[in-house]
Amino acid sequence: MVEIERHTIAVLVDNEPGVLARVIGLFSGRGYNIESLTVAEVDRANGLSRITIVTTGTPMIIEQIKAQLSRLVPVHKIRDLTDEGPFVEREMALIKIAGKGDARIESLRLADIFRARVVDSTTESFVFEMTGSSEKLNAFINLMEPLGLVEISRTGAVAISRGAASF
Amino acid sequence: MAAEPLSGADIVIKALVDQGVDVVFGYPGGAVLPIYDSLFKQNSLRHILVRHEQGAVHAAEGYARSTGRVGVVLVTSGPGATNAVTGLTDALMDSVPVVCLTGQVPTHLIGNDAFQEADTTGITRPCTKHNYLVKDVRELARMLHEAFYVAKSGRPGPVVVDLPKDVLFAPGPYTPPEEVRHKSYRPQLRPDPVRISQAVEMIARAKRPLFYGGGGLINSGPEACARFAELVRLTDAPCTLTLMGLGALPASDPHFLGMVGMHGTYEANLAMHGCDLMVAVGSRFDDRVTGRLNAFSPGSKKIHIDIDPSSINKNVRVDLPIIGDVGEALSAILAEGAASLHCADSAARSEWWRAIDKWRARDCLRYDRGRRDLIKPQYAIERLYEFTRDRDVYITTEVGQHQMWAAQFFKFDEPNRWMTSGGLGTMGYGLPAAMGVQIAHPEALVIDIAGEASVLMNIQEMSTIAQYRLPVKVFILNNQYMGMVRQWQELLHGGRYSESYTAALPDFVKLADAFGAVGRRVEDPAKLDDAIREMLDTHSAFILDVAVDPAENCFPMIPSGAAHNEMLLGPEDEAEKPVSEEGMVLV
Repeated sequence: MVEIERHTIAVLVDNEPGVLARVIGLFSGRGYNIESLTVAEVDRANGLSRITIVTTGTPMIIEQIKAQLSRLVPVHKIRDLTDEGPFVEREMALIKIAGKGDARIESLRLADIFRARVVDSTTESFVFEMTGSSEKLNAFINLMEPLGLVEISRTGAVAISRGAASF
Repeated sequence: MAAEPLSGADIVIKALVDQGVDVVFGYPGGAVLPIYDSLFKQNSLRHILVRHEQGAVHAAEGYARSTGRVGVVLVTSGPGATNAVTGLTDALMDSVPVVCLTGQVPTHLIGNDAFQEADTTGITRPCTKHNYLVKDVRELARMLHEAFYVAKSGRPGPVVVDLPKDVLFAPGPYTPPEEVRHKSYRPQLRPDPVRISQAVEMIARAKRPLFYGGGGLINSGPEACARFAELVRLTDAPCTLTLMGLGALPASDPHFLGMVGMHGTYEANLAMHGCDLMVAVGSRFDDRVTGRLNAFSPGSKKIHIDIDPSSINKNVRVDLPIIGDVGEALSAILAEGAASLHCADSAARSEWWRAIDKWRARDCLRYDRGRRDLIKPQYAIERLYEFTRDRDVYITTEVGQHQMWAAQFFKFDEPNRWMTSGGLGTMGYGLPAAMGVQIAHPEALVIDIAGEASVLMNIQEMSTIAQYRLPVKVFILNNQYMGMVRQWQELLHGGRYSESYTAALPDFVKLADAFGAVGRRVEDPAKLDDAIREMLDTHSAFILDVAVDPAENCFPMIPSGAAHNEMLLGPEDEAEKPVSEEGMVLV
């Protein structure tokens, strides 16, 4: 069996209508996986957006994904952060807990340990904001499960290379 | 000095003229009326009125592939655009440069389910190389010029420019092509010199090399094809071509082994299986070429020269990828290897050629030439070739058995002479494509080698052919079946010919007559030559309905799921080598 790898890929694209549909259509049309995808404008002056994609596949598929992405006309640059040395990857989540009593207190205590912030609170709910690696978010969410977890909103991963070198 | 603002529609016309366009294939409708009005008021652009938008795109493809220029299509919104989708997909799969202008409802109605509205950029996104929706007339000229640049540069392909009606009426500035430069799209043309040296070394060292050329050579141009032939001859290596690459090396060259792949020759496929170095040039290791991947050319090193990085290592892992224009890469290899390439191991090379000659001696394209009672389809094409070989001839085809026989039996000595739907396999391609070829080459002999089923898929274009008095010849190999479907049903489904027989075919002679063309039918092999002669001597459109053996199958054949060395050479092989269960599910 060829092993499946997880790669974080950063793509710099023209911020024009349809560009995200092009990227997503490429993944669905060719049967590639998307674990997460985030996008936002990063350079207003030049009209550039940055897409961060976390994907999985065999090394041959990952190579194809990068080649196919770079073939899209509005794509400027591609970086396989996983391949190109150390990088920082972060995700943010908003997590809503509903309930009263001990469970509610316990959730607050755990949130403190995980350095989650309370961004909304009523007498019967909390909304925690938490930033970190996807694994850390998963761990926190698992702990919240029995404590009244009712809703989660996650951003998907954003990532950047470590050190002075830039895109 | 600020130029006088033009209307959007006038900008469209001016941009096309400045791009060197001389002909547009199209069909009017509400959303593109302003462009048709501008067309009416000028004389630089010729418009060819097709009968269905799919025909417009195939005609533009025929025009593009026979000239090396960009083909241009103009259709209206909604159904005009959706009808063009098959043609666009065909152009994408076969890398044909086409610019397709589609009308769109006015910008303020977009998204309102307006009359004849379709999400054209959404629908065509996966079937174009790129597309544009022009929402502001100030962007119009730039986007049009970019569309031409994108369509023809790098690996060519279709580009759609969607034009809302209000943008066509709005006054706006015109920007000439030389002032437009795409922000980021710059395909790599120059190959890496280090890899060129490595390639020269690998070629010089190879004992059993094989060149495997594809449509990328044709797209790169006649110059690239000439370099390719030069390299093949210099190295004295055998060469095979894909369906899309036919004509890149003259078929009469003794180094040519015939086409490769599912219906390729025995010698080409066995050479691919047995070579120790494969030099793939502008070809993409398509599944019709490779057969079963895990048994594909097991003992060879592979060099892959292609302008599209995503073609590299997609299906087959190669040892030396060279990204760039194949013409430039071949010139670089020739320049660097002028001294070293021909001093290969000559003993090993003669041994390789001896093996190939043995495979050639199998005469894999043989068929029953003795039949006096009915016309063999292969014979019909051989005769057609004999009568036209010294003429200025262009061949298009539909899709199916006749297409494979044409590829096997018609010999192309030049590029851009062979127009066929390879990647998408679009039945109905040949007739409109022939129309486009004839428009580009009014004096040439243009023949659509057709099947009776395929040709019916765009038969309405006979009316276009009549309108412009195009002397297109339609050479129908009529076996009354969707022949390739029938062949697969015979091979894979126990001979249950489910829906592959056409019970109510038209009388093609009368059909020709109805469209102002000449029609003849021939059933007797002894009368075939006369019929072909009459067709060629007739200066108008002509349908020759050739009744051929309805039971004939196309061989050799590598059944799906099989390897190159497991090919079926003829009907006698069918029973011995049944198709595997894994092969059944493949297409």
